[in-house]
Amino acid sequence: MPQTNGNGHAVAQTYVGTRTVRPDGVDKVTGRARFGADFSLPGQLVGRVLRSPHAHARIVAIDTSRAEQLPGVKAVVTRDDFPDQSSEFIPAGEMLINYRDVVRNVLAREKVLYEGHPVAAVAATSVAIAKRALKLIDVQYEVLPHVIDVVEAMRPDAPLLHEDLYTAGVEPKPAKPSNVAKRVEISLGDIEAGFAKADVIVEREFTTQPVHQGYIEPHAAVASVSEDGSTEIWCSTQGHFIVRAHCARLLGLDIGKVRVTASEIGGGFGGKTVVYLEPLAVALSKKAKRPVKMVMSREEVFKASGPTSGAHIKVKMGATKDGRFVAGYAELRYQAGAFQGSPVQPGVMCAYAPYDIENVKVIGYDVVSNRPKVAAYRAPGAPISEFAVESVVDELAKKLEIDPVELRLQNAAREGTKAAYGPKFGPIGLVDTLHAVEKTNQYTTPLGEWQGRGVASGFWFNIGGETCASLTVNEDGTVSLMAGTPDIGGLRASLAMVAADELGVPYEKVRPIIGDTGSLGFNFLTGGSRSCFSGAMAIVEAAKEIKADLCARAAKLWDLKADQVEFKDGHVRATGAGADKHTPMSVADFAKVAGKTGGPIGGYGRINAQGAGPSFGTHLVDLEVDPETGRVTILRYTVAQDAGKAIHPSYVEGQYQGGAAQGIGWALNEEYIYGADGKLQNAGFLDYRMPVASDLPMIDAILVEVPNPRHPYGVRGVGETPIVPPMAAIANAIERATGIRFTDLPISPPKVLKALRERGLNHPKNGS
Amino acid sequence: MAKHHVTATVNGDEVEFLCETEETLLDVLRDTLTLTGSKEGCSSGDCGACSVTLDGRLVCSCLVLGCEVGGRRIETIEGMAKGETLHPLQRKFLEHAALQCGICTPGVLVAARSLLERDPDPSETEVRYWLAGNLCRCTGYDKIIKAVMDTAAELRRR
Repeated sequence: MPQTNGNGHAVAQTYVGTRTVRPDGVDKVTGRARFGADFSLPGQLVGRVLRSPHAHARIVAIDTSRAEQLPGVKAVVTRDDFPDQSSEFIPAGEMLINYRDVVRNVLAREKVLYEGHPVAAVAATSVAIAKRALKLIDVQYEVLPHVIDVVEAMRPDAPLLHEDLYTAGVEPKPAKPSNVAKRVEISLGDIEAGFAKADVIVEREFTTQPVHQGYIEPHAAVASVSEDGSTEIWCSTQGHFIVRAHCARLLGLDIGKVRVTASEIGGGFGGKTVVYLEPLAVALSKKAKRPVKMVMSREEVFKASGPTSGAHIKVKMGATKDGRFVAGYAELRYQAGAFQGSPVQPGVMCAYAPYDIENVKVIGYDVVSNRPKVAAYRAPGAPISEFAVESVVDELAKKLEIDPVELRLQNAAREGTKAAYGPKFGPIGLVDTLHAVEKTNQYTTPLGEWQGRGVASGFWFNIGGETCASLTVNEDGTVSLMAGTPDIGGLRASLAMVAADELGVPYEKVRPIIGDTGSLGFNFLTGGSRSCFSGAMAIVEAAKEIKADLCARAAKLWDLKADQVEFKDGHVRATGAGADKHTPMSVADFAKVAGKTGGPIGGYGRINAQGAGPSFGTHLVDLEVDPETGRVTILRYTVAQDAGKAIHPSYVEGQYQGGAAQGIGWALNEEYIYGADGKLQNAGFLDYRMPVASDLPMIDAILVEVPNPRHPYGVRGVGETPIVPPMAAIANAIERATGIRFTDLPISPPKVLKALRERGLNHPKNGS
Repeated sequence: MAKHHVTATVNGDEVEFLCETEETLLDVLRDTLTLTGSKEGCSSGDCGACSVTLDGRLVCSCLVLGCEVGGRRIETIEGMAKGETLHPLQRKFLEHAALQCGICTPGVLVAARSLLERDPDPSETEVRYWLAGNLCRCTGYDKIIKAVMDTAAELRRR
């Protein structure tokens, strides 16, 4: 019997599903792994960026002459060094990009649109000289009124960021420009008829604040441009092929002349899917004819990269008295930052995705304001809209006196459910995750005073996309694996396990690396929870090529017809009568005779991966509110999520735990705080308060596995869904602990204390 | 102003270097001595990615000046494994998958070693508070805490 995995796919062995030690691990625990800022070239210069001190201003003039004359300054670049780009929206994975805006975000042209917006960059022989040079650049600004808040930005009299921005998606086209870039809408059924059937209706407004991805490694890049225009870039990115595309486009270079190598990446979460420093480093190096290294400070990271949108949300849901959802309506207003392109579209699509509801209408607005342009952040858009919907679901549960898990089970999307955003779901695991949390010991453990338990579910689509990977069998039977999507949290381990299972070689004999842009065909970036899903498919294809080649070689060696040879259980075997005359040959056996049987052995997977399976999750949180200080302490936390198939269970659990922790920060503490001057007041880790070890309990991870039928191993993307449920789960738990429904994130201690005071509930915990 | 001439011990080796007054120990380690295992995440002492020990005391090397370390003993992540043998914490971090991107890992390991040297039997809460100065954005800390606790247990059995 040939061995197959749970999805009916033939495998030689089963490393997949076990907890192997990652092949890049030793380098990472010894300090040897080279991250973005760890790379240097001989003769390299230091690059630094001059940034706008204003939230909104017109650039009247830039004079760089004094900086250029400073000894040690080798290049200065401004808007004049980047050709302007036409306005055109290009799909890029989960987001759309417009190079007219990209070039303006890399270096301001007509106006600066947020504090920290780059205005010029210098390359010099030392940090001290570079810093002095920045002070010698004379920029004349005409300061303009600014707008930070999304609702204020939508008012007709709000300061206008872009004079040529007319709201798309409304008929007729507006007569005047505004800060509303786009209106989007999805609908299913008849929303009015749905509400007419409802016995209970809950309507609420919510706000969320922008939160930063918070990767610990700041952006970093080294670029070297030679006299003939050959360009090399080393940088920390989620997609080096995307960096190549952007740099080539912005600087008018041939793609083939640009080679980008992805360093080890110190976290991204979506925030390293765009370019900030790379085009500047290339432009500086091109001028200086020397390598240029640029590294952001933490303050620059906060002020000029990321974050995700803050939002204003209205939700109205109706249910019958026996607990059937009959109507779901929402309006989402998402901040895009200085340029259009908030994740409001996926926010709209995800809002009601976990539920089987006949009547849905969701409207979204993409709104610009004087903040840094948002970047993708883990399930971009979904955590915001689903926070609001999942909070209202909890209120419905309370009003209907139905257990919140039971209410979700009654309405949960299942195989065959038509999602409001379009498709009919295939096999999905939402119901399984709900049952999983219900069965935990946590769910039935009694709680004390000021303690509450909350539950919420979440959804993310996941994507596939363009992927190339190669497998090379070396002379000694070891296997070199090359993938083209940066490995942020265990990709190399996972792909090596798949390659081992495909070819029947020991896991330790597979050495995976991330190839540069010259070594493989185009790979879309690590994002959309796609890298393991698509990478595994490409490896299966590469292995298929090797197996077919080895079978052909064996047929020749054994003088058999092609159909009398097969690859089974890690060996090429003869089949049929007389098969036992031929000793089965492993991949390692062929490696020894490669030269005599046809030459080097290798396979190449080149796919546009389709069939990404959505992943649903349900989170369960127990917490305690301190009535004296308003602080919320997380006591217990469980994540149950459908992985399809967990290739490496530890790293899948890690995604669940890490996403939950980020969501806990989003719910309780993290926010961008602006002063009346439009400047960010908390651009550092002390004041932008991410969860630390002492803020959190252990986070239990339950791996639900409903195999994705469209993947050979059943894999679903897992990285993004875990950040969707925490905010609502926590708000729901706080409501159960205090009786107060918080609708504005973050639910930080001052906010909780104020609400308790207003109700006369605040008091020392054990006092009177 | 002339640069400072400093002699110190790094991971048991005597080193000498020149540095400007404003250069931090982290700058010296990374740029002058090319020991890039210590990372710069914030340069304000909030993230702990640059953790090293100075005469046995855990510090953020971004908050120490290079010219302050004359005659002192510095231990960095590069000195943690002994020859071919990983430190038990390094081994346990791999076994427990206590890292994802790995950028915080050197600092976390240096800090955790410092904890276990002074307390071989810390409670989970003690580990969490000791590592509260080391930000990790990937793992939610769960597997890090388990790896440290498991290492402590193994070391106690020896």
